[in-house]
Amino acid sequence: MSVTHDARVHARPATAQRPAVRGWPDINNPAAWIVAAILLIMPLIANGFFLIEIFATTLILGTIALSLMFLAGYGGMVSLMQLTIAGFCAYMVAVFGASGNANISLGWPWWLAVPMALTLATIFGTLGGALAVRTEGIYTIMITLAIGAAFYYFTNQNWAIFNGHTGINNVSTPHFWGVNWRSDIPFYYIVLAVAALCYFAVDYIARAPFGLALQGVRDNPRRMAALGFNVNAHRVAAYAVASFIAGLAGVLQVWNYRQISPGTVSVGACIDVLIIAIVGGIARPVGPYIGALVFVLLRTFALDFLVKIGLDGNRFRLLIGLGFLAIVFWSSDGVIGLWQRWRQSQRPRTDRPSGGPGHG
Amino acid sequence: MTRFVERHPAWALIVIIAIAVMLWLIFAVWPPGLEEAIGRKRVFLNALFNGITLGGLYFLVASGFTLIFGLMRNVNLAHGSLYLFGGYVGYAISASTGSWILSFIVAFILTALVGVLLQVLVFRRMEGQDLRQTMVTIGLSIVFADLMLWACGGDFYQIQTPSWLIGPIELPLLTAIKSSGEPVYLRYPLVRLVILLASVIIGVAMWLALNRTRIGMIIRAGVDDRDILAATGVRIQIVFVLVFALGAGLAGIAGVVGGTFQSLSPGEDIRFLLASLVVVIVGGMGSIPGAALGALIIGLAEQLGSVYIPTYAIVVTFLIMVLVLAVRPQGLLARR
Repeated sequence: MSVTHDARVHARPATAQRPAVRGWPDINNPAAWIVAAILLIMPLIANGFFLIEIFATTLILGTIALSLMFLAGYGGMVSLMQLTIAGFCAYMVAVFGASGNANISLGWPWWLAVPMALTLATIFGTLGGALAVRTEGIYTIMITLAIGAAFYYFTNQNWAIFNGHTGINNVSTPHFWGVNWRSDIPFYYIVLAVAALCYFAVDYIARAPFGLALQGVRDNPRRMAALGFNVNAHRVAAYAVASFIAGLAGVLQVWNYRQISPGTVSVGACIDVLIIAIVGGIARPVGPYIGALVFVLLRTFALDFLVKIGLDGNRFRLLIGLGFLAIVFWSSDGVIGLWQRWRQSQRPRTDRPSGGPGHG
Repeated sequence: MTRFVERHPAWALIVIIAIAVMLWLIFAVWPPGLEEAIGRKRVFLNALFNGITLGGLYFLVASGFTLIFGLMRNVNLAHGSLYLFGGYVGYAISASTGSWILSFIVAFILTALVGVLLQVLVFRRMEGQDLRQTMVTIGLSIVFADLMLWACGGDFYQIQTPSWLIGPIELPLLTAIKSSGEPVYLRYPLVRLVILLASVIIGVAMWLALNRTRIGMIIRAGVDDRDILAATGVRIQIVFVLVFALGAGLAGIAGVVGGTFQSLSPGEDIRFLLASLVVVIVGGMGSIPGAALGALIIGLAEQLGSVYIPTYAIVVTFLIMVLVLAVRPQGLLARR
């Protein structure tokens, strides 16, 4: 139980410093303000390719991984079906909205199709979660992986709704107030707004009574049950929240690529989300976004990089797998954990003479 | 068995009626009305036999998975990779030497060796950390899948069936009666029957080894309580290595079997990983009879489903899993 265990270690100092728990932890952190400013003015820095292919994709993948981080870090439930929920929502947007496959799509306007898709995705994820919470710990991985794989094979076989392995193409994207919201810069801001919303929502829920109870359920379900909390209800509710977040990311994903096919919800992609969350670090909401950035950068540039140093460019997945193994072996808290360990190893030399400004 | 009947008379009655209907469907000559309603008997019998033989293959894969899980609490998500590895090894051996039997032996030994290496080099270092072990198996499955793609490419391979097993045989099961009054019997590929027989023999041998031998007793004790077993002085690390080798070797054999009557390609590892997950969830984790029952149910559901409700076949499998989780979350034959 290393992953959830490490999230637990983190929760302890947070509860020790009461005032820091109440307020927004990021508000005193200059690094957070700098990152926020850079993200806001990103369209000035980056061109279309970097803006959409790197940063928007990172934010979308990071949001899906954020929903997994919420479940795993605060709820202790490692769910491999978060991408499946996002993909289901994307499919629903394509089915209810307008697309190139007129025989399948119902052609609703986006402001009707998106809430419908989000509702259905949340229901889907909650039902899956209700199944998964019937068992515990390690079994959750197996059941959610089975759900994800079943959905993948189902989309491949079913032609009436999911249009088989060709998927649904030319999904229409919103146009209103005279703006094409899928053109690069407006789309980037939509993605950024949704990602920020999800990030702060998770950050807030973690400190709200529900989130604290959920962390209690993670640490000691028996004791929480004895205290009168309904353990399974908390877990299912956590699945509902996570499904909604994953659904939001799914909507953005289908708008990004304008198409959805079974390849998007394949088992490999489900596992990629887990990799993103683990590599980034599963103890804090910012981890998944860091992991997603690393993953997207690797996915985009590993081919060129490998060819440049004289290796076979197709071995990108090998690189990802080995990197993931290394992270799991040496740092169970991902890149964030490595960073913190590095900081701690630096601290005795830098902080002690100046009296330690960190003890605010 | 009698206790089950006493406890759940209604369920027992339903099971008996279902078995009776099944037997009638298999042995009777179907009346014309039934043939009109659900198709010809030959199709049904073929689907049934395909389901049972597929169940045999699933059992080979899932029994190793469930054995490893039961003893070491290690959800080995790289099990599908071991299956595919065994299949590729079997293909290489059978293509170079032409011996089908030899390919089984070599595939078993090599995958068992991989299993030993995994246990000694990787899992032993993180004992008791289930989730971390699972993460490692995920990473390993990605690495293995890519290495195998590198070595073998994306082509489909099929292992050559030996000449003495090629061709169908006639089974003493009526499929229809011709208008001339001459009975028509079912013809079925011999190799599939041999494979089914082999997996039944392996299953029975495993059951005997687990229930009638000393090492089996140690393994069963380990499944129940690992720590106490270690405290009694059993050298548990050796037992772990042995079980991991056996489980991995079974996956390798299953790879050769799967390569003979289906085909080998990248992606098959995920398919068989999913199959063994569903089989052990349905049958009960850590239980060999459970794996057998689960494999039979899932194999039948998949084949009958793909004949009678083609686009929703996978949903049937999934619904069975949901039903089992809703009624008996620990699996049909788990003892817990």
